[in-house]
Amino acid sequence: MAMLLNSVRSSPVSPARALQYAARSLSTTTQLHAQAQAKSKKSLGRPGVKNIVLVEGVRTPFLLSGTAYADLMPHDLARAALQGLLHKTSLPKDAVDYIIYGTVIQEVKTSNVAREAALGAGFSDKIPAHTVTMACISSNQAMTSAVGLIAAGQCDAVVAGGVEFMSDVPIRHSRKMRKTMLSLNKAKTLGQRLSLIGSIRMAHLAPELPAVAEFSTAETMGHSADRLAAAFGVSRLEQDEFALRSHTLAKKAQDEGLLEDVVSFKVPGRDIVSKDNGIRPSSMEQMSKLKPAFVKPHGTVTAANSSFLTDGASAVLIMSEEKALAMGYKPKAYLRDFVYVSQDPKDQLLLGPGEGRLNMNDIDVFEFHEAFAGQIMANLKAMDSDWFAQTYMGRKAKVGTPPMDKFNLWGGSLSLGHPFGATGCRLVTTVAHRLKKEGGQFGLVAACAAGGQGHGMLVEAYPQ
Amino acid sequence: MAGVRALGVLSRLTSRKYALFTGNSFRSFSVAPAMLARTHVNYEVKGDVAVIRINDPTSKVNTLSIQMQKEMTEVMSEVWADNAIQSAVLISSKPGCFIAGADINMIQSCNSEEEVTKLSQEGQKMFEQVEKSPKPIVAAINGSCLGEFAIACQYRIATKSKKTVLGTPEVMLGLLPGAGGTQRLPKMVGLPSAFDMMLTGRNIRADKAKKMGLVDQLIDPLGPGLKSPEERTIEYLEEIAVECARGIANKKISLHKPKGTMQKIQDYVMSFEFVRNQIYKTVHGKVMKQSKGLYPAPLKIIECVKTGVEQGPIAGYLAEAQNFGKLARTSESAALIGLYHGQVACKKNRFGAPQKDVKTLAILGAGLMGAGIAQVTVDKGVHTILKDTTEAGLARGQQQRSITSFERDSILSNLTGQLDYSGFEKADMVIEAVFEDIKIKHAVLKEVEAVIGMHYFSPVDKMQLLEIITTDQTSKDTTASAVAVGLKQGKVIIVVGDGPGFYTTRCLAPILAEAIRVLQEGSDPKKLDGLTTSFGFPVGAATLIDEVESMWRLTWLKTSGKPSDRDSGEEMWRCCRLWWTSDSKVELLNSANIRVYIQPTKISRKSGKGCYIYQPGSKRKDLNSGIDDILEKYKLTPNPSVSSDSDVQYRLISRFVNEALLCLQEGILNSPLEGDVGAVFGLGFPPCLGGPFRFVDSFGADNLVAKMKQFEAVYGSPFTPCQLLLDHAKDPSKKFYK
Repeated sequence: MAMLLNSVRSSPVSPARALQYAARSLSTTTQLHAQAQAKSKKSLGRPGVKNIVLVEGVRTPFLLSGTAYADLMPHDLARAALQGLLHKTSLPKDAVDYIIYGTVIQEVKTSNVAREAALGAGFSDKIPAHTVTMACISSNQAMTSAVGLIAAGQCDAVVAGGVEFMSDVPIRHSRKMRKTMLSLNKAKTLGQRLSLIGSIRMAHLAPELPAVAEFSTAETMGHSADRLAAAFGVSRLEQDEFALRSHTLAKKAQDEGLLEDVVSFKVPGRDIVSKDNGIRPSSMEQMSKLKPAFVKPHGTVTAANSSFLTDGASAVLIMSEEKALAMGYKPKAYLRDFVYVSQDPKDQLLLGPGEGRLNMNDIDVFEFHEAFAGQIMANLKAMDSDWFAQTYMGRKAKVGTPPMDKFNLWGGSLSLGHPFGATGCRLVTTVAHRLKKEGGQFGLVAACAAGGQGHGMLVEAYPQ
Repeated sequence: MAGVRALGVLSRLTSRKYALFTGNSFRSFSVAPAMLARTHVNYEVKGDVAVIRINDPTSKVNTLSIQMQKEMTEVMSEVWADNAIQSAVLISSKPGCFIAGADINMIQSCNSEEEVTKLSQEGQKMFEQVEKSPKPIVAAINGSCLGEFAIACQYRIATKSKKTVLGTPEVMLGLLPGAGGTQRLPKMVGLPSAFDMMLTGRNIRADKAKKMGLVDQLIDPLGPGLKSPEERTIEYLEEIAVECARGIANKKISLHKPKGTMQKIQDYVMSFEFVRNQIYKTVHGKVMKQSKGLYPAPLKIIECVKTGVEQGPIAGYLAEAQNFGKLARTSESAALIGLYHGQVACKKNRFGAPQKDVKTLAILGAGLMGAGIAQVTVDKGVHTILKDTTEAGLARGQQQRSITSFERDSILSNLTGQLDYSGFEKADMVIEAVFEDIKIKHAVLKEVEAVIGMHYFSPVDKMQLLEIITTDQTSKDTTASAVAVGLKQGKVIIVVGDGPGFYTTRCLAPILAEAIRVLQEGSDPKKLDGLTTSFGFPVGAATLIDEVESMWRLTWLKTSGKPSDRDSGEEMWRCCRLWWTSDSKVELLNSANIRVYIQPTKISRKSGKGCYIYQPGSKRKDLNSGIDDILEKYKLTPNPSVSSDSDVQYRLISRFVNEALLCLQEGILNSPLEGDVGAVFGLGFPPCLGGPFRFVDSFGADNLVAKMKQFEAVYGSPFTPCQLLLDHAKDPSKKFYK
């Protein structure tokens, strides 16, 4: 993967870049050296490469869609996250250079939700903002875009975040109806208008609902997850157990107050929301009663072992190390290497990669996105298979599975919820918090996304 | 290039997968060891479910051969006898095939009608036992599932794989589903669907089968996991099927499907005898209209179904077995089975694997032909460059495919359309679908290694045949390469020697020349069409005259010399000039050296005016009175001794057949088999006759020679039998097929 990273970044645009590349190549060897003596655990920082740090990360409580956030709009949630970040960091409202948000299902009225939220949160209107989308790794993309801007010397401080609002999604008129309505605008005479209105048929009134489905294959995520689980022979029992683990751990973390990235949010017209509401540890017996949700009647993916439709937003403050220190912040973590991969969207849709340039043993904290218990288990099985590594990854041997005692210890998307565009920031912030809490040095974030894409990022604890 | 549209039965010969391999060779060797270890059918007990796995080690597909049936019977008895077993799953270990039906050779090796009837009765008995099995049997289907085994099981689970198809293709071999199919299917899917399945023999994809009630449950094929997708999918199918079998045995899964309202209404309507009679009548009428009564199998299927429904199962099963016996002995069945074997043989590359795989194919000309070739190439993952001289031509060519958006996008990403020759240097093969300036071409294609003729038929995506033309100079590897490309395009391929008209076009010429003569003798085009279609041609001769495209005519005219060295060539030559190059100023009409001027009208379908008037979007065909003048001008007086309807039919067919035999005699053709495949798949020679060579065998060379002598006396050399035909007539032991 390190090789891949280098080659991806190896197209030198300017001499400076070329130099950077050379430096990187060199450093890779030192890295290998470092791996040999894993105990010492050298920092992943490299001479000539800017250190980029996570200063703070927050999120709104993640709520089941259709609950307390039901009457809001996406930018309301994003604004709440931004305000939470401002509040927590006491950041001056003109101190950042750029704002990037990730989102998946766009509200058409606020298609650049980053800008709307930033203005609403009171950030200076001189700060440019843009919105990115990359399915479930949209906010990861927002963060790595921020990293890129800082590394390139364009910015010193960037706010990245993500938002998803599933309580309300754009439902469109049918294409035929839209065409008629658009023509209606152009119709000049009453006669033309009447004839257009007269052309409307019952069938035109059927609305178009957005489906959580692949455009290319028209297969829904849940269906794909079920097939993936079956391909790797993940049983219903294993999935239910994993889901129960996620909920149990999340509950524990919530009760112990470990989820300190959650900021309370006074929902307009309602009470203050300060807790995620999807965490519901159940019993294996109850879970086993559920019928398959997608593949019927023999499927294994159920409502209980899948992530639920969630509303939520997250935000992180990313800076160059010097800038953070100059502003008097104590950074939480270094954001190190990251990688994006993609594969066949049909059969390996949710196979996110999970691999950094360290050994599995070097990683202290694993935070993987859990879209479906079946999907995460399939990934773990893939990582544990020599055959899979040889056949599909071009490796000599398997990657190995992360030890479960380091894996998603504070719950995951299955239990905390998965607002598509916002999950990435939650993962990175959680890694930083867990590294601090557990005293580890390296953490790994991995997530899969629709379209057969995946993302991985190495996070290094900031020295205490 | 010949615009022949083979319809109906012929076009459906596509995806049948009957096994070629005999149980014979196997049987003769399997004396002692087979008694001990079963080779075709095995089972494993998983808890209380027996998983019965079928796998014919001698073939790529599973067929119900003698050996398979024997082992299956053994296994079933063991399953029934074992008290620990409550249910069973029937599954194939082969990735692309469940069971591809009965073993044809087993049927063909029978020596009498009674023997075949007995085979059918044994099959009926076995499936009856399966159907009435006290322990539920679940068929787990992945890949082609043809024939009646799965239908006899209590429950069917199928994968949604593209390879999974169900069907009863027996009718395409001139047979009927002879192991209870005609009795069981109507009960299962209702009369209309059962007739549709059995009479068309078409393949039904899994999702459609589920809707019809032919399949009870579907599962998705799996992607890569800890094993290869194929392997894991079969494993998964088995897991689900085992659970399901257990569920049925425990009564957790009910075998009684709740009937929908539509189903109830249909059942109610069907309970009236007159409604059923109306259905039989309608279906019978349709079959007669489409098959002209030339194919006995569909009629027998209707008869068997009717007997079963109206007189009860005992009479029904008996009728099925007896009719199966009868059909197996018909010449139509022999012809269709022969064609099937020929089709399988022509889907193999007898020239071996080419040294270099064709990865990029360039096509010159984006007309109907070029676009068609591109269409069948690009979706096989071969990068295709389509070159035309005009933007409009190119746009037309690229629009050919009509499928859904993403599939289209990803398939079409393999297609490059352009107006110049860029990238041609990278092409492994260039197919010319137009005539282009040879100088430009040679300037671009400096390193042409070899040239070979590939004769596609229009429409390319529908017509299965590809005729590859080789010369003495063509190397084996070049041929192998061309055949490999053709096979990739899904073609049935015949490889022929070079000569005017190659094989197919050459055979078409005399029959069309004769057809024109029939018109000149005063027959009207509709009558002529009727005579040809009632003989079994899918397209009437007059319609065919219209269909034949100008391109083909041009090719013909450009070929130096005559289509063959005989006088008949001269005559053909004239006919064609008369008819098709009517825009030329001066043409030769007949041997009396009368020069005639013909009005500049193009008589063809393309121009909208041929023998008939063609209007876009309309299927109606009215006679074109515009040709009356021409016909009047060149009127011939028919000789009553050779002008009966039957005579006209034999005049047409004998010239075709004689020309085909001549091609074999002259070495243009490599074998009678390829000749038959080419004639049926390329030209629409009546499939029930099996092709010109099989026709000579079944009709009798001596009988044919007698007919031709009779015609020769009136018309002269066009009807002179060729030497090969005379040889066969002289020696009755000489047959093209043993």
